[in-house]
Amino acid sequence: MELHILLIFMIFAAIVAIEAKDLLSSVIAVGAVGFALCLAFLILKAPDLAITQLVVEVLCLIILIRATINRDLPLVIEGRWIFNTISTLVFIAVFLFFSWLALKELPSFGQPLMTVVKKYLAEGTTKTGAVNIVTAVILDFRAYDTLGEATVLFTAVIGIMAVLRRPGRKKIER
Amino acid sequence: MSLYLLCLVLFCIGLYGVLRKRNLVKIIIGLGIIEYSLNLFFVLLGYKFHGRAPIDAQDQIILNMVDPLPQALVLTSIVIGLGITALVISIAIRIYEKYGTFDITKIKRLRG
Amino acid sequence: MIDNPKTGMTLIVKTVTRLTVGLILLFGIYIILHGHLSPGGGFAGGVIVALSFVHLMLAFGKDVAVAKISRNLATNLESIGAMMFLLVAVMGFLGGSFFLNILAKGKPFDLFSSGAIILSNISIGIKVGVGLFAIFLALVILEKTKKE
Repeated sequence: MELHILLIFMIFAAIVAIEAKDLLSSVIAVGAVGFALCLAFLILKAPDLAITQLVVEVLCLIILIRATINRDLPLVIEGRWIFNTISTLVFIAVFLFFSWLALKELPSFGQPLMTVVKKYLAEGTTKTGAVNIVTAVILDFRAYDTLGEATVLFTAVIGIMAVLRRPGRKKIER
Repeated sequence: MSLYLLCLVLFCIGLYGVLRKRNLVKIIIGLGIIEYSLNLFFVLLGYKFHGRAPIDAQDQIILNMVDPLPQALVLTSIVIGLGITALVISIAIRIYEKYGTFDITKIKRLRG
Repeated sequence: MIDNPKTGMTLIVKTVTRLTVGLILLFGIYIILHGHLSPGGGFAGGVIVALSFVHLMLAFGKDVAVAKISRNLATNLESIGAMMFLLVAVMGFLGGSFFLNILAKGKPFDLFSSGAIILSNISIGIKVGVGLFAIFLALVILEKTKKE
C-alpha cells in the first residue's frame, strides 16, 4: 500500500516537473521524484540502491541547479501545437500497446522467477567470501558488467572535459 | 499488477516531456524521469513477498531473500545515469552560450 | 585563504563545513571499505567522497578545493583507478580466467575477507569519486571564466 502512495506521489511530482514554468522549481520537483524513488527502494528491500540513489540524486541536483541558476527561461510561443500533441499521443499509445502485450507474460508482483539467482544465493558467500550478495554479484559473478560501466563513466568524463574545455590557444595568439 | 501500471504511467510522463517540450532542460528532466521509472520497474520485478534484503547475517540462516540480480544491474545503471545527465547538461550549457537560448526550435542555424 | 571573506559563503556555513567535511570524507571511505559486509560499495562511497569535495568547493570557493586536488591530479587519479580495476581483472589470468578471484577468501564477516572484491571496491571508489569531482570542477571553472 505504501508503495502505491509513493508511486502516486512520484507521478504528481513528475507532472509538476514537466509542466512548471520556472526551471528552478522543475529541477526541485525532479529532486522530489528521486528522493521518493530512494524511499521506494528502501521499502523494496534494496538498501544498496537506496544509498546510491540518495547520494547520486544530491549530486545530480547540484549539477542541474548549477547549470540552470542564472539562465532565464524565455516564454516559448508554442507553434504547431496540434501536430506536436497528436504525434506525442500516438507515440505514447504505441508504447502502451506493446507494454500491454508484454505485461501479460510477466510474473506477478511478489513472486519472481529466481531461476539464475538460486545458485548465487546458495553459493554466494562460500564462493566469494562477500556477505553482501549484491556486491558478490556485481564484482565477482558479473564483473564484466561493472567493467563496462567503468568504461562508460570514463568516456562520459572525457566527453565532459572535451565539451567544457577552455577556448583554445589560437584565439589568444591573434 | 497495479504497481507495474503506475510505473508505466511514470514512463509515459517522461516520454511526454521528451517529445512535447521545447526547452532543453525540460527534455533532460524527461530523460531523468524515464530512467527513474525503468530502475523502479526492474527492482519491482525482483521483489518477493516477506523477503529480506540480500545480505547474510552473522548468526542466522536467511531463507527468504529478494532477487539480487536486478538490484545489481540497477546499481550500475544509476551511476551511468548520473554520467549521462552530466554530459547532456554540459552540452546544453555550451548550446546556451552559443545561441543564448534553451529553445530547440531556435537552434537552427549553424554558427561558427 | 580559508578565512578570506570575499570568496565563498558566510561565516556560519564555513564554520559548519570545517566541522563536517572531514566526517563526510571518513564516512565515504568507511562505505567503500565495508562494501562487501554492509550496504554500499564502491559506487555509493565514491559519490560520497566526491560530495565532500563538492561541499568544500561550494562553501569556501574554488581555490581551496583546487589546492587539495588540482584538475590534473584528478584526471590522473581517475586513470589510475580505472587501471587498478583492469589490473584486478587481469590478475585473474594467474588462476586461469578473466576476473577470477584468486586471492585468499578469508573468514566471512571479517574486514579483510573476500579476496579481490575489496580491491575492486577501492579502485571503483577512487575512479567514481575523482571522476565526478572532475566533472563538477569543469562546470565551475567554465562559469568562472565566463564571468571574467
